Amino acid sequence: MNSFFLISIIFWIAAWIINIFIGQSALTKTKMVLPPILFGVSLLLVWEASISAFDVSPVILPAPSLVFVKLISSVPILWVDFVQTFVKGALSGYIFGCSAAFVVALLADRFKFLERGLLPIGTFMAALPIIGTAPILVRWFGFDWESKSAVVTVMVFFPMLINTIQGLQMSDKIHRDLMQTYNATSFQTLIKLRLAAAMPFIFNGLKICSTLALIGAIVAEFFGSPIKGIGFRISTEVGRFALDMVWAEITIAAITGSLFYGGIVLLEKVVTFWHPSQRGRSE
Amino acid sequence: MTDETVISAKSLDLTFQTDDGPVHALKDVNLDITKGDFISFIGPSGCGKTTFLRVMADLDQPTDGTITINGVSPKAARESRAYGYVFQSAGLYPWRTIGKNIRLPLEIMGISKSEQKERVEKVLKLVELEDFEKKFPWQLSGGMQQRASIARALAFDADILLMDEPFGALDEIVRDYLNEQLLKLWHSTEKTICFVTHSIPEAVYLSTKIVVMSPRPGRIIDIIESDLPDKRPLEIRDTKEFIDIAQRVREGLRAGHSYE
Amino acid sequence: MNKAVLPVITISTFIVLIWYSFSIVLNSSWALDKAERNGQKLSFSELVHDTWSQKKPKLPTPHQVGYEMYKTIFDKKVTSKRSLVYHGWITLSATLAGFMLGTLLGILLALAIVHDKATDLSVMPWIITSQTIPILALAPMIIVVLSSIGFTGLLPKAVISMYLSFFPIVVGMVKGLRSPDLLEIDQMKTWSASRFQILIKLRLPKSIPFLFTSLKLGMAASLVGAIVGELPSGAIAGLGARMLSGSYYGQTIQIWSALFTAAILAASLVGLISIIQAFVFKRMMVVQ
Repeated sequence: MNSFFLISIIFWIAAWIINIFIGQSALTKTKMVLPPILFGVSLLLVWEASISAFDVSPVILPAPSLVFVKLISSVPILWVDFVQTFVKGALSGYIFGCSAAFVVALLADRFKFLERGLLPIGTFMAALPIIGTAPILVRWFGFDWESKSAVVTVMVFFPMLINTIQGLQMSDKIHRDLMQTYNATSFQTLIKLRLAAAMPFIFNGLKICSTLALIGAIVAEFFGSPIKGIGFRISTEVGRFALDMVWAEITIAAITGSLFYGGIVLLEKVVTFWHPSQRGRSE
Repeated sequence: MTDETVISAKSLDLTFQTDDGPVHALKDVNLDITKGDFISFIGPSGCGKTTFLRVMADLDQPTDGTITINGVSPKAARESRAYGYVFQSAGLYPWRTIGKNIRLPLEIMGISKSEQKERVEKVLKLVELEDFEKKFPWQLSGGMQQRASIARALAFDADILLMDEPFGALDEIVRDYLNEQLLKLWHSTEKTICFVTHSIPEAVYLSTKIVVMSPRPGRIIDIIESDLPDKRPLEIRDTKEFIDIAQRVREGLRAGHSYE
Repeated sequence: MNKAVLPVITISTFIVLIWYSFSIVLNSSWALDKAERNGQKLSFSELVHDTWSQKKPKLPTPHQVGYEMYKTIFDKKVTSKRSLVYHGWITLSATLAGFMLGTLLGILLALAIVHDKATDLSVMPWIITSQTIPILALAPMIIVVLSSIGFTGLLPKAVISMYLSFFPIVVGMVKGLRSPDLLEIDQMKTWSASRFQILIKLRLPKSIPFLFTSLKLGMAASLVGAIVGELPSGAIAGLGARMLSGSYYGQTIQIWSALFTAAILAASLVGLISIIQAFVFKRMMVVQ
């Protein structure tokens, strides 16, 4: 059998044994970074080796090295696609949808009738395949990034709405009673207490919506797009069986998604530094 | 001590409806509280002591009878910020430092920033937490958090302090220390303090007047005027006079079927 | 629950009213153009009537969508290629197949993660990271690759549904299996319980609420996966295919009726899980 393949298997086993040892030892933050890296690297090696060992056609599954080469050589195209899908489509829709949801949640908080109606409706809508509105929105807003932005707006609106409403309900009764003894106006109570107390939930919503935004923008492009965009590129390159380009695009999408999510997590650490989950007190 | 009545309750009733029928949280409560008093309310759960405190604070409304604070309704008193309220748990906002937490009522009342700074320093000194102004609540022990909560209630200089079992969640040693501190505070500020507790020694140690209550319906069984001297070291709890008053409290509780 | 009934009905009615007005607005340009070409002038009521009964409206009205759904669900034979029941079943079967597989594999991996430290340390970070990656973007590739090795129809879509439900299930089950606090586990240890007994008697029961939350997320994700999986294969069968072909031929009413059928499907599936959840919670005396 191919010697490279053998080596990769041995590497996998060795990596796994190392991970078992690390697992049994006292864990530090730096030690914990090693196992997923070892696992990922061994996976890549086995993947690379299997392609050549089993003579897998690149139209089924390209080798990581091929994908890497394609990625490096296609930076201009990848950049154009990234801007089209993420910056123009996903990000704009995300900002617009989350802000709109936040405003509506504040309104619902002020008018309890609205809140009692919106919470069940919002929960219902959040479970629906909103991505299906993509063809309709393409018809209204055209093929370009505006329709993708619209899809993302609708997709993030409802999860953000219910998270914000729940967050605003979160303050403890004792904190609200305290505000009442100070004869604080409801606006003062909102700004000084309830918004701060709502932040963990609001960030939960922002994190969920970050994933939805990117998915929405990419998948909406499957329904129609000008000749650029991550989703567009994936569907056309798949049709041409240029899977190395497809994987390169997917890698870009994956990196974008993780960085976007990671950015929000960092912001969350700063804003909700006081919450037990950020202080490492609870699991 | 002047003989001015600051809080006056007449035939106060609070009944609320539940699935199991009406619950008389307070029935026919009559009480006058003089300026500068330290009044303890003691009784088992459901005797109405916390409810009465909350009615004074306009956090709950009575269903019958009258109650006036400084001659006006509880609502008017609350709106004129006549009292400070200390809850069972410190209720400090975890996203604000101790200093900022104490500033909270002052911000709401629109007090100037320089005045705020002054007051925060003053009350932190009173509760001996000067070094913790920049710390966050979760960096302090339970006892220290309660002291901060008391400091916050003192910050806006209300004449009346309403305290609902503030030391209930703390261990006895910390509790003794805080009892001493509270008494010292009361002497130096001359406020009227209404204090809810379910500890007999605490009630007798702190008060000039002890109101014994019993449940079902919530009512006053006995009002005991304490003749203990003003200056009270912790050791006073072993004197005969102290034990006699404690005994009277216990008898009141027994009469109200609190031990059944 | 009853306090929500009136607001929900009010808001829903309001939404329907807004919808009808938007139909007038969005469809009016086409109606006015047509009238101009015929040298006619439209009164307001004529305009309203026209905008609410166009064949390819920009925004179909609720009754148009409702009628189309009624027609293609009840009036067509279930085996006909125009029946929404037929298409719904195509999508549903892929959804359910993928969902069940994803749930099974997800639970198995969660068990491995909770009981084996090496698996926990090396795999769990990737599972968590995968939640930030737009996995659905892999759908076209999966479809095409599998069909080139001869797997078409239900299988590729089920594969997509499977990995979409897999990740929420793993995350939720790991959370749930780890939810007992130290006190409860120590108590088990004082009774010399084996790891298996702790699993069966403590961890699994405690993970049930988490499981149900994940099942609902996974089900919704599976359905979306099945729908998106129908797009690359040239839109032959399934609700996603109906939506795509509708958009190719400008049949907006067809798009909307397929979308609404998908929505009803999603709501029913998630609702079914909620009913089962309520029943299980009652039997297990779970207080939420």
